[in-house]
Amino acid sequence: MGDPAPHLDTAGLTLRGLTKRFGTHLAVDGIDLALSEGEFFCLLGPSGCGKSTLLRMIAGFEPPSAGTIRLGGQDITGLPPHRRPVNMMFQSYALFPHMSVAANIGYGLKGRPRAEAAARVDGLLRLVRLDGLGDRRPETLSGGQRQRVALARALAREPGLLLLDEPLGALDRGLREETQGELRAVQRRLRTGFVVVTHDPEEAMMLADRIGVMERGRLVQVGPPAELYRRPASRYVAGLLGDVNLIPGRLGPASPDGTRAVVTVHGTVRATDGGSSPAEGAEVVVAVRPESVRLGAEGLPATVLDATFLGDRVRRGLRLPDGSALRASAPPGDGPEPGAATRLSFAPADAVILPA
Amino acid sequence: MAAPRPDRIAARLVRLPPLLWLCAFFLLPFAITLKISLSEPATAIPPYLPVLDWQGGLDGWSSFLEALNFTNYLTLARDDLYQAATLGSLAYAGAATALLVLLGTPIAYALARAPRRWQPVLVALVVVPFWTSFLIRIYAWIAILKQEGLANLVLLKLGVIAHPLVILNTDAAVMIGLTYAYLPFMVLPLYAVMDRLDPSLREAAADLGASPARIFWTVTLPLSLPGIAAGAALCFVPMVGEFVIPDLLGGSETLMLGRVLWSEFFSNRDWPLAAAVAVLLLAIVVGPVVLFRESLRGGEDTP
Repeated sequence: MGDPAPHLDTAGLTLRGLTKRFGTHLAVDGIDLALSEGEFFCLLGPSGCGKSTLLRMIAGFEPPSAGTIRLGGQDITGLPPHRRPVNMMFQSYALFPHMSVAANIGYGLKGRPRAEAAARVDGLLRLVRLDGLGDRRPETLSGGQRQRVALARALAREPGLLLLDEPLGALDRGLREETQGELRAVQRRLRTGFVVVTHDPEEAMMLADRIGVMERGRLVQVGPPAELYRRPASRYVAGLLGDVNLIPGRLGPASPDGTRAVVTVHGTVRATDGGSSPAEGAEVVVAVRPESVRLGAEGLPATVLDATFLGDRVRRGLRLPDGSALRASAPPGDGPEPGAATRLSFAPADAVILPA
Repeated sequence: MAAPRPDRIAARLVRLPPLLWLCAFFLLPFAITLKISLSEPATAIPPYLPVLDWQGGLDGWSSFLEALNFTNYLTLARDDLYQAATLGSLAYAGAATALLVLLGTPIAYALARAPRRWQPVLVALVVVPFWTSFLIRIYAWIAILKQEGLANLVLLKLGVIAHPLVILNTDAAVMIGLTYAYLPFMVLPLYAVMDRLDPSLREAAADLGASPARIFWTVTLPLSLPGIAAGAALCFVPMVGEFVIPDLLGGSETLMLGRVLWSEFFSNRDWPLAAAVAVLLLAIVVGPVVLFRESLRGGEDTP
C-alpha cells in the first residue's frame, strides 16, 4: 500500500547479496533481486553462468556462501529444502520410477487426510490434462506427459514459489511451443510465482514477465522482455537476446532530443543512449537489430551481398565500405538485389549506444 | 528359409567358449556326482559301486542302470541328522543373510553418499581384506574370539563384562564369521545400484517435504531392492554350503550341510552319500540363483 516500489513487496522473493563460492570459483556473485508475488521470472544465460546454482540455492540444495533469501517476508536462507515453501521442477523431471503417476503427484501431500490428498491429486491431474492416467507408471508416458506430471507434482503443495530448471529442455521442438503456452496458462491461473532457468532466449521472452540476464555469476540486466530486447545494457545482453549489428564509433555531443551522434568510419549516425552515459569522445558501439535496418536512398553506403528468403521475412547480408558485414531483415517484397549498391539507415530510437 | 546371416553365426561362436566351460567344469562334474550319489559305498578304489563297465557293452549298461538306486536320498530324507543339517544350513545362511542386509545397506548407502573423490578409496577398503587368504582371516577370528582372545580382553578392560565370554565354537562365532566373510559380497552390488540412483530423485523428495528418513524409506530403499536381492543371493548361495567357517569357528553342535558332506567324504569314506548331500545343496541354492538372475534382469530394464 503506497509502496513506492511495488515489486519490492514482501510477499515475493527477495535476494540480497546472494553469493556461492566453489573453492576459488565464484559461481554466483552477489545477486540482488526482488520478485513480486505471482511474477513469472526467467533467469537467462549460457551454461555455466551460475543460473542453475542460483536456483538450487533458492530451493535449498546449495547453502549460499553469503547473502540472504527471503520469501513472503520470512528469511528462509538457513532452512533445509523440505522445510521451504518452495518447490522445484527438475530438468530431468526426477519422477519416482517405482511409483504411479498419482503417487508421484501425491508424494508431497503426506500428512493430509487421505480423501483431501486424493481430491487434490485428481484436481492436479485435470489441471495438467492427465485425467485417467493416475495409475500409470512414469516410464509408460511420453516426454510431454512426464513433464506435466513433474509440473503437477511440484504444484501439489501449493508452493509460494515454483522453480523450474530448463522446464522445456527435454522436449521436441514442436512440443516445446505447445508446452510454453500451457505453462504460461497454468501460471496465470494459479498466480504462483514462477522462476524459470533457461538458456533459450526465445523461451525466456515467450514465458516471462521479466527476464534476468546472467553473465559469469552476476545478474547483468533485469527487465521485461521487450525492454531487454530493445534497450540492452551491454553487447552481451544485446547478442544473447537475438541477432544484432554492432557498429563501432566515437561518441559525439548530446542533442536536446535525447539522442546522441556517433561518428563512425562510414559517417555520423544518431542513436539512443543505452544508459551507460559515457563521456563525449568515448569509444562505443551502436547496436541495431536487423529488422530496424532500413535500406533506401539515405544513410551509410553499403553493398547487398546476399538475400535469404525466410518466409515471413527476407534477410540481407550487407557490406560496408570498410569490409565489415551487417544484416538487415525486412518483410518479403521489393528490395535491393544481391550485388546492388544501397544505403542503410535506422531510426535513432531503434539504435542503442553501448560501451565498446 | 535363408541361411543364418554371418553375424548370427559369429554371435553363436562367441557363446561357445562359455558353454564349453560350463560343460567341462560344471555339467560333467555334476553328472559324475549325480551318478555317484546313486551308487552304494564299497571298500574299493574308487570307494563306490557300481562302476560303469565300458567293455560290457549293452549288458554292462543295463546292469549299471539296474544297480543305481535312491537309497542315499531316502537316507537324507529320513535321517534326523541330515534334516537337521539341511535346516541348520538354511537357518545359518538365512540369518546371516538377514544380518548382512541390515549391516550392508547402511554401509553401501554411506559409500554411495560419500564425497565423489573419496569413493574409490572407500570401495578399495571394502575389498582390501581379499588380499589376505580367506583361511588366514578365519584363523585370525579364532584368536579374536577365544576365551583369552582380543574381544574378551577389550571387553574386560572396558568393564563391560566381569568374566570372559565363551564365543568361540558357538553359533554366535559362526554368525560373526559368516557376516564378516560375506560382507563385501553384500556391500559391493548394493553400492553399485545405490551409486547409480539419480541424485535428483532424493532432491525431488526433499523438495516435496520428505525428511531424510522418509527419503531413505520411500525412495532410496525401494529403488535399491535389485541390489539387495543380488547381494542376498550372492551371499546366501555360498553360505548354505559353507564348510570352513562352521568347522573352524563353530562348535560340535553346529550342523551345516558343508560339514556333513566333509565328514561323510573324508571320515566315513561314504562317497555316494556325500555326493547325495552335494546334489541336495545344489537343489537348495537353485531358487536363490534364479532370484539373482531375475534381479539382474530387472537392473537391465532400467535405463
